[in-house]
Amino acid sequence: MLNPKDKKRILVLGIGNILWADEGFGVRVVEELHSRYAVDNNVTVLDGGTQGLYLVSFLEQADCVVVFDAIDYGLPPGQLELVRDDEVPKFTGAKKVSLHQTGFQEVLSAADFLGRRPRELALIGCQPLDLETWGGPLTAPVRFQIGPAIELACKLLAQWGSPAKPRGAPLPASERLLANNIDHANYEMRAQPV
Amino acid sequence: MAVQTPNGFSLDRSGRRIVIDPLTRIEGHLRVEANLDSDNVIRNAVSSGTMWRGIEVILRGRDPRDAWAFTERICGVCTGTHALASVRAVENALGIVIPENANSIRNIMQLCLLVHDHLVHFYHLHALDWVDVVSALNADPKSTSALAQSISPWPLSSPGYFRDFQIRLNKFFGSGQLGPFKNGYWGHPAYKLPPEANLMAVAHYMEALDFQKEIVKIQAIYGGKNPHPNWLVGGVPCAINIDRIGAVGAINMERLNIVSSIIARSIEFVEQVYLPDIAAICSFYKDWLHGGGLSSKSVMSYGDIPENANDCSAKSLKLPRGVILNGNLKEILPIDHGDPEQIQEFVAHSWYKYPSDCGGLHPWDGITEPSFKLGPEFKGSKTDIKELDEGGKYSWIKAPRWRGHAVEVGPLARYIIGYAQGKAEFKDPAERLLKRLNLPLTALFSTLGRTAARALECQWAAHQMRYFQDKLVVQLKAGNTATADVSRWRPESWRKEAKGYGFTEAPRGALGHWIKIKDAKIDNYQCVVPTTWNGSPRDSKGNIGAFEASLIGTPMADPQRPLEILRTIHSFDPCLACSTHVMSPEGQEMASVKVR
Repeated sequence: MLNPKDKKRILVLGIGNILWADEGFGVRVVEELHSRYAVDNNVTVLDGGTQGLYLVSFLEQADCVVVFDAIDYGLPPGQLELVRDDEVPKFTGAKKVSLHQTGFQEVLSAADFLGRRPRELALIGCQPLDLETWGGPLTAPVRFQIGPAIELACKLLAQWGSPAKPRGAPLPASERLLANNIDHANYEMRAQPV
Repeated sequence: MAVQTPNGFSLDRSGRRIVIDPLTRIEGHLRVEANLDSDNVIRNAVSSGTMWRGIEVILRGRDPRDAWAFTERICGVCTGTHALASVRAVENALGIVIPENANSIRNIMQLCLLVHDHLVHFYHLHALDWVDVVSALNADPKSTSALAQSISPWPLSSPGYFRDFQIRLNKFFGSGQLGPFKNGYWGHPAYKLPPEANLMAVAHYMEALDFQKEIVKIQAIYGGKNPHPNWLVGGVPCAINIDRIGAVGAINMERLNIVSSIIARSIEFVEQVYLPDIAAICSFYKDWLHGGGLSSKSVMSYGDIPENANDCSAKSLKLPRGVILNGNLKEILPIDHGDPEQIQEFVAHSWYKYPSDCGGLHPWDGITEPSFKLGPEFKGSKTDIKELDEGGKYSWIKAPRWRGHAVEVGPLARYIIGYAQGKAEFKDPAERLLKRLNLPLTALFSTLGRTAARALECQWAAHQMRYFQDKLVVQLKAGNTATADVSRWRPESWRKEAKGYGFTEAPRGALGHWIKIKDAKIDNYQCVVPTTWNGSPRDSKGNIGAFEASLIGTPMADPQRPLEILRTIHSFDPCLACSTHVMSPEGQEMASVKVR
């Protein structure tokens, strides 16, 4: 049995703005991953929202990081892509229209500058269909990729020695990552403009 | 060819036009166009936010008690400050009062955000407008050490420290990864610092990057988590269990001590690193006093940080409250957020439609209906605009006005009002800095003044955090542990129809939320954010906003590399994320990184 201290510190990070349709992809993936799976103590599941430099401290405390985000790869909407390590900043940079674009690139380069970039970095990106409907929902092709994106992340977690375990009982509402009616189901109940 | 604006600026658009889109190192997208005369002095300026917003689209029909959680998501920078304005708006509408401890904790969280945002803004979003990173590579570490030690007792100042840092910087550049230093106009003639000052400042850039993450731990302790701390209508959502390690998340003595120690280190960092750096930078730039714009004429601060819970009178608010018009520092005009004649938003030059384009709307009656039309003299195509026509509609930002006047908001506005009120805590540090630099009071009305006011305010806020932390601990030790009043939590206790407003001073200026509640649901919700005030386009009378005004009269050394424009716009700490949205209604991306 591995000593928990020897385990890799892992960050599972979702970024994006839930108020902008498919921009919310990353946050919705970690929300669902957290509600379906329990993770070891060395794993942090974080809703990074549109935070920028603030995320540096989480990044530098991790050996391995997996990030979920809506990425403009120029692919058909809903296509998932996994990119690793040095490729990651290129892709976060390729995105033209995200509000947190500068934010996350900056986070990576700041961690670099501090000499504390995570050893392993994976980006699970989904090609968005709609980034322009303010207050809009995740579109169907992107919503359907939440499950597959979680599966990809579970494989990574297993490779990194900390497999996620399906929760036996559903997670009570009070313990979910997003509350106060901005959780996915409640948000989308009235996400369309009235 | 020059036209006079009602607010006292002379505009001439006959000279050649330069376009910067988007401005780098700000949150969101901003486009600036300027006309230069034959001496490369800016004679006309146009500021355009290229995105739209309308939080009411999302909030209408929802539970007012959840509004803070939505508004917290508008933007990645001012999360907590939107949440604070939101819970205050709901409390104001429903007549809910909060306990003293909740007031202290909210103040600490807001002050913490001010300290954090000012520090991050200066070092990571603005310093490189004054500091040439490439020049730092040529500095002599020994002389850098001598300079650092002559201005501050900060211990990280030995020749060895700066030598090691310089080697690291060289490696970073050598690796070809410019990282945070790309897009810089290195070597530009408008950079005035000697290599040693540049090296010192870049070293502090890195130290600030490391230190900023400590400060926000306060948000996690009082807000339960971070990012996206928790807020609560009626108080704060943190339980107090001072004597022992109790419920998860409860505030105990150990956590209070962590907060105290972070506050102590924040004060130290601000006083031994940030302020000495600002004084040093100012001393090399004191003949570059451009960029004052509206600050010498009209400024506004809503005020914030109430001494007493539920008392938002100018007397109780520790950050100054009021409006100064036309440079008359002798008269500070009172603000009423509920008076429909005072705060109004205009859309004559904004891409929105009102029933009548000439009038303004008070935020309670605010409408956000997009109407994308370009003026007849625009150049290019709708999807690739080469040049805007400021005679028509030209921005996704509305034009808010106070009794019809364009005003500047932010730290400099707060300091000018505090100074005019004769409040020693604002007046004395400002006068000390001016005296040290041998500059007159009028030097405050400049880009440099804006940057210096932010640093002074950072120090003020760090000490106020200490004050409210001590106040809180005294209360808790005396057994007063109430942090929320939930007696009016249930909608059955609310009036059928209610309206209210909540305001705060965000790091970048006055922020207000206005809410209308009907049958326990949100009926209308409007945010008027600081960057809407500062970045606003012209109004129906032709008054220009703070960004535009600040650029008029600035000489440019090299229009192809518009460092002076970036420097002045960045000094406002603009945040476009919450003023606007990314795309045009046709779904076309409007931003292009070009300097024409």
